[in-house]
Amino acid sequence: MQSFSSFPMRSDLTRRGFLAAALGAGALVALPAPATALTQGEARALIDRAIAEINEVINSGRSREWMFARFEEIFREYADVPRIAAAALGPAARTASPAELRAYTDAFARYMARKYGARFREFVGGRVEVRGVRSAGRYVEVVTTTVLPGREPFEVVFIVSDRGGSTKFIDMVIEGVSLLKSEAVEIRAMLDRNRGSIAGLIGDLEKAA
Amino acid sequence: MRLAWPARWVVVVAAVLLAGCARGPDVAQGLNDPYEERNRRVHEANLKLDRAFLKPVAEGYTQLPQPVRRTLGNVAGFLALPRSIVNDVLQLRLDDAAHNSMRLLVNATFGLGGLLDPATEMGLEHRATDFGVTLGVWGVPEGNFVMHPLIGPSTERDTVGMVVDLALDPLAWAVPDEYPYIVLGAKAAAALGQRSAYGETVDAFLYGSADSYAQARLIYLENRRFEIRGRKVLGEEEQDPYAELFELPYAE
Repeated sequence: MQSFSSFPMRSDLTRRGFLAAALGAGALVALPAPATALTQGEARALIDRAIAEINEVINSGRSREWMFARFEEIFREYADVPRIAAAALGPAARTASPAELRAYTDAFARYMARKYGARFREFVGGRVEVRGVRSAGRYVEVVTTTVLPGREPFEVVFIVSDRGGSTKFIDMVIEGVSLLKSEAVEIRAMLDRNRGSIAGLIGDLEKAA
Repeated sequence: MRLAWPARWVVVVAAVLLAGCARGPDVAQGLNDPYEERNRRVHEANLKLDRAFLKPVAEGYTQLPQPVRRTLGNVAGFLALPRSIVNDVLQLRLDDAAHNSMRLLVNATFGLGGLLDPATEMGLEHRATDFGVTLGVWGVPEGNFVMHPLIGPSTERDTVGMVVDLALDPLAWAVPDEYPYIVLGAKAAAALGQRSAYGETVDAFLYGSADSYAQARLIYLENRRFEIRGRKVLGEEEQDPYAELFELPYAE
């Protein structure tokens, strides 16, 4: 997958090598206990719960507006919305004021709930199945298949991480296409259209989808 | 148009040689889009064409009874299977070759020659592939991004792949002269079926995006690279694709 940034990641091997060297040298300094790694079971449980909640909303038969409000709550609960919003915005997140970043993040959450909520509504009568879990470096991939009547099944992979402090999903990859990257293209195009103005971008987000 | 055997081979060999010459960085990272200006003009023309023709026809297509639409879709998918199997073998992805061959067998018999699709219900969904993916698996560079009139997003490598698929299609060797019309008809029906089945989604993407050209390019390239990697999401790359996510300031 194409990288978001140019910062190289230390490979597991390097980190293990470092640790081994440190231990081998009989390091007297107490190393901070490594944070317990995210397990496949925890990642899967998170996505199982998210899917169950989404299915409940889809099949509730309630109004569009009610569904969109619920999708926003679910998105905020299970996804790392503040970090996803900032990553979609890109370098402009560094220069935005904290208040701007907060307002933008809220607008982003509502925009995502409307945009993808409208798609989820087409899933009535379909089913989403968790097919497997894989560890990939510091992340866990939860692989799901969406089966809709009369359509080719498609694969959605949730990328789950606990690097942000709590276990959340940070991306959804649909048939190999990262939703985060797609939204980065979208948000940055909107920002360009508004000549870099966050307020203008928020206005566009409220209108979009 | 039916090519004689030697002509077919000339096309295939010439196309593969051409692909071998494709320039551009080998790493399937980032974007190679030096034709962007021209590509964007073609994209705009394609949008006009969609509005004027494809979208209304696709909406008319939904007026056909569901069983008719489903059957047309099944036939188009069935006719594409031999191509997938040949390419599975060329890619040495023999599990996919076996999977698609079983699908072919099931739908040819129980599916009454491809009119029905009992295979998907049995877990034998179509794992579609093509010569563009085969070239990628063989290590041929992607080349530049190209937006074709009518056909849409592609790369130089995939354009060569498309030509080879037409020439190499095993069906074309086995079926008599009417074949091109059957295939063209089935392909047109399949395209319309897709445009109508995903109508709302396609509309949202084509007409709701801030920059639909950039979206089309991203989605196309990411999906193709995913197929070439063997449908692995996070590859074995050195770089952490989510590094920026944990480095940028965010709203607490």
